[in-house]
Amino acid sequence: MKAGVVGLRLDVEDLACNRGERRIFSGVSFSLAAGGALIVTGRNGAGKSTLLDLLAGRLHPAGGRIALSGAGDRTLPECLHYVGHRDALKSALTARENLDFARNFLGDPVLKAQEALEVVGLAHAAGLPVAYLSAGQRRRIALARLLVANRPLWLLDEPTSALDTASQATLLRLMEEHRDRGGLVIATTHAPLALRDAKEVRIERARTVLAEDAP
Amino acid sequence: MIRSFRALLVRDLKLAARVGGSGMMGLIFFLAIVTLIPFALGPDLNLLSRIGPAILWIAALLATLIGLDRLFQADQEDGSLDLLRLAPIPLEVAVLAKVAAHWLVTGLPLALAAPFLGLLVALSPDAMLAMVATLLVGTPALTFIGAVGAALTASLRRGGLILAILVLPFMIPTLIFGVSAANAAVGGTVPFMTPFLILAALSLFAAVVGIVGAAAALRSGE
Repeated sequence: MKAGVVGLRLDVEDLACNRGERRIFSGVSFSLAAGGALIVTGRNGAGKSTLLDLLAGRLHPAGGRIALSGAGDRTLPECLHYVGHRDALKSALTARENLDFARNFLGDPVLKAQEALEVVGLAHAAGLPVAYLSAGQRRRIALARLLVANRPLWLLDEPTSALDTASQATLLRLMEEHRDRGGLVIATTHAPLALRDAKEVRIERARTVLAEDAP
Repeated sequence: MIRSFRALLVRDLKLAARVGGSGMMGLIFFLAIVTLIPFALGPDLNLLSRIGPAILWIAALLATLIGLDRLFQADQEDGSLDLLRLAPIPLEVAVLAKVAAHWLVTGLPLALAAPFLGLLVALSPDAMLAMVATLLVGTPALTFIGAVGAALTASLRRGGLILAILVLPFMIPTLIFGVSAANAAVGGTVPFMTPFLILAALSLFAAVVGIVGAAAALRSGE
């Protein structure tokens, strides 16, 4: 597999977000260098997903700064994968067609669709329409998208939800391998994620504890 | 850039061809309207052939509206829209790919089916040819204008009615010049090319405004 963009670095300073007139959170700061991982925790509705939306460029920050360095002329959305609550799969298309689309559309292809499906243990379901698959299987196909196109930053919103323990272990391995290649991972979670040397940022309503190293 | 554009175009064409796709729906609706009108008006062939182009254009316009509401809404609901934002291409180009795919499966079949449906309203061969030409040139304008409304209503549940109310007024110029070009082909004082060229200009204008407007609406949609 190809290496990610070498020396990618993400600095977030004093980030604040409003939805409508409501302040969701403020004062979120962290920085991630190549190989880094950040775990975002917080209560339901605290704004974990909103933080990922800000990074993915879906929302605009009400204050603060998101700085990306080492990515050349690529913008932040062009450097990242986003796997959210909605799996972004077309249920009328087969698993392979969904991944082929992502591979061609996102650019910088790495694994073939069939190979990526083998990694997540769904090679047998490649020709089935996604509508026939369970929630956990759909989530695994969405995660296989991480492997078909090379993007240095992975934004994962509750990536372990709906996954069985074996798949959770696979996901953890994939994240560690991605970091070993110099990639960055930002994941929101309720269940503890056993990522080594991961920073943690806890989001609380309108008051945020700054990033610190997790035990 | 070409690769991403083509990937999205092919995906949307495949989706339209699968079960539940919007490919056939507009065409069947078009057929239903054009078939019903002779029954309602009675067998007056002169009357039918005189108002035939207008009937075909109104039917084509309404058939275009069907299915437009799902243009971006389906992607919004399953999260694919977030994926489209991550592409190495501007959102405008992604919108163009989606609208082009939509026109290929809804607008183009309408234009190609027009001669057969023209038989039902007693069009002359000249008028049939004019119908195909005006629909080929005019339906892209309808789709592009509709795309702005589809983008604005993407996150609304049951946005179809609002979409129709929003975009219908902007489709009226296309309807006027489409029908007048088709009528001019079979007689009258205006030469065919005058309204036809205005129709072509409307399509080009709608292409630019529609793409930029739809992309802006999607960006501010959150």
